[in-house]
Amino acid sequence: MRMTSSKDLYEAYEKFKVDFEREGKKIIVCAGTGCVAGGALDIYEEFQRLLEKDGLKDQVELIKETEEISLKKSGCPGLCEAGPLVRVEPGDILYTKVKVEDCKDIIQETFVEDRAVDRLFLRIDDEVYPYQHSIPFYINQSRLVLEDCGEVDPESIQDYIARGGYLALAKALEEMTPQEVCDEIVKAKLRGRGGGGFPAGVKWSQVLSYESDMKYIICNGDEGDPGAFMDMCIMEGLPHSIIEGMIIAAYATKAKEGYIYVRAEYPMAVKRLARAIQQARQYGLLGPNILGTDLSFDIHINQGAGAFVCGEGSALIASIEGERGMPRVKAKRTVEEGLWKKPTVLNNVETFANVRNIILKGANWFKSYGTEDSPGTKAFSVTGNVNNTGIIEVAMGTTLREIIYDTCGGIMDGKKFKAVQIGGPSGGCLTEEHLDMPLDFDSLTEVGAMIGSGGMVVMDQDTCIVEVARFFMNFTQNESCGKCVPCREGTKRMLEIMEKIVAGKATMEDLEVLEELAYTVTETSLCGLGKTAANPVLSTLKYFRDEYIQHIVDKKCHAKVCEALKTIRIIPDLCKGCSKCARICPADAIIGKVREVYRIDEEKCIKCGACIESCAFAAIEEV
Amino acid sequence: MQASEMMARVDAIVEEHGNQQSSIISILQGIQKEYRYLPEEALNYLAEKMDISASKIYGIATFYENFSLEPKGKHIIKICDGTACHIRKSQPILDALRKELNLPEGRITTDDLLITVEMVSCLGACSLAPVVNVDGVVYAKMTPNKTQELVRKIKEGTFGEDD
Repeated sequence: MRMTSSKDLYEAYEKFKVDFEREGKKIIVCAGTGCVAGGALDIYEEFQRLLEKDGLKDQVELIKETEEISLKKSGCPGLCEAGPLVRVEPGDILYTKVKVEDCKDIIQETFVEDRAVDRLFLRIDDEVYPYQHSIPFYINQSRLVLEDCGEVDPESIQDYIARGGYLALAKALEEMTPQEVCDEIVKAKLRGRGGGGFPAGVKWSQVLSYESDMKYIICNGDEGDPGAFMDMCIMEGLPHSIIEGMIIAAYATKAKEGYIYVRAEYPMAVKRLARAIQQARQYGLLGPNILGTDLSFDIHINQGAGAFVCGEGSALIASIEGERGMPRVKAKRTVEEGLWKKPTVLNNVETFANVRNIILKGANWFKSYGTEDSPGTKAFSVTGNVNNTGIIEVAMGTTLREIIYDTCGGIMDGKKFKAVQIGGPSGGCLTEEHLDMPLDFDSLTEVGAMIGSGGMVVMDQDTCIVEVARFFMNFTQNESCGKCVPCREGTKRMLEIMEKIVAGKATMEDLEVLEELAYTVTETSLCGLGKTAANPVLSTLKYFRDEYIQHIVDKKCHAKVCEALKTIRIIPDLCKGCSKCARICPADAIIGKVREVYRIDEEKCIKCGACIESCAFAAIEEV
Repeated sequence: MQASEMMARVDAIVEEHGNQQSSIISILQGIQKEYRYLPEEALNYLAEKMDISASKIYGIATFYENFSLEPKGKHIIKICDGTACHIRKSQPILDALRKELNLPEGRITTDDLLITVEMVSCLGACSLAPVVNVDGVVYAKMTPNKTQELVRKIKEGTFGEDD
């Protein structure tokens, strides 16, 4: 059904809203990447089978009950750790770690016997949480962008419209001029959620100000930071919110064509976006004369091909143009000369997803969340050694302590918090002293980290910070495109030194060279990748220099992570002199005589640990 | 591979995406989907057809990690080494797999072209770390043993039957 006016849209909204609210009894299966990996699609199919008459044919009573139950898939509600998730409405009952075998009980007990399946409730320590909204994970969040993620079926435009989708677009088209739209976004101080933090409204106003026969809107969905997946969550769970944001941007800047650049590693996001675009075209929300106005705009999807550097604006543009995805030296900004040298708006997924609420509810409403200079919310993906890993959305200015301990349930196994790596390979680490610092764009930059795209990896006391820094160095060095020398050569030399350090072969002079290189690479690289490549090294050096020194001078890794620095020793009191270890050692490193205490020659030992496993008296240990 | 057949396939792929440079990455993805790698003949033919130099196409094909100029295995195992997976020990999975498949340093595909093993940077399923992706299906909370088990199933030809 093609809508040709705002009136059509309002009518559709009223109709779909009634349908959506009438659904009443429903089973919602999370179909985000995490839960799908846990078997959510099989669970969905099992419910489907059961709800068809055949599935429960010997239970006549049940069939009558199930006739009114609707079954739907949803986007990711964030609590991936407890997946696969199944929610039952009415009642807000959340079932966790569901298996195919549980489906029958869920239908029988929840809908027929009117009691819930206790064993599937979320349990934290001794507390039981039957309702989704009572779970601490949700209590401290401000889910504005992700509000409907987990509520609506991402493959249904009707669901999106039922929740007020595209009404912001209608409002912009009907009541606002392009300049007014730009002004509202400027006033809201919406800053780029991809990490840069540049005000989106300023970009839009600039693009609007240039006269050109062609202008473009690009959505950067090349979320390459390892450990970050909130953009994936939005693309998979609420694809229409991105499309709506892009159409509003097109209206505000008079652009005619749009591109969404998605990582190749996110096949489900590509599928859901493609479907959403197709639906939007059918409904007259994309294509010529949107909602009967003069606005004509369409969106294409470009799939990446595995190059992290393409998340950098100019490299991404080169990639869409069909070139090697290398950053370009920009004489003029993207807003003036972007894609095919035309004025271009380039924003991140989450930035576009924020637009609809700002237009609908106003800049002042948006500014009621967050801090003075970083209003609104930010989605983070929290992973690593915390109890509740997953996607969260909190107001800017929330502290790390609130995120880690209140929302995410603290450190796993009751261990001690050590640090958080924020912003991926471009970011830095935060330590205990930063736990109570309000997080926003500026506060993080001040302490040498950055929000980046929003990946947060929590590390406990058993993590070797030097090895983590080496890991990130290895990542950026692999992804360096090779165009400019400081990044191509500098990251390589830095990685070599990091490898020497974790291998226990570095000297203090190496550390000096490492620091010098870090500053040189930061100051002289061409693009963002190089300029930030040294951040993990610099920030870990700032807060954990003593650990570097332990690796270099004492040749010790206290977290016992770095293989090369492990020492294996025989505990004299426990050794019975059976000679088994000496016979099993592949390096002939164990010396001694039968019935006497054996010892390990550290020069020869290759630290394979075969002796530890072989010893019947637990007399060999790793220190 | 018959040259005429290859040309017809490339023609169809170019037709689908449009004969312009901005489509080149999509076209290469299409060719790779067809052959599981980018055959030299196909690239040469593509260069001629699109009137783009072969060296330029080669440059693009070698720049992006996802493209391969070497034939890849029938089954592709991707081991995630994103931060979350790395911290929860993805490296031992790779080591175990390489050992299981007798893959020497620098080789990623078995001689019989059955299996290719790749390390990838993040699959976006960080909560289930460490994860392994086999032919597009994500397997959660993997261990070296569980991954070796998958490989054995592939070798025996029983993979996917009960998964």
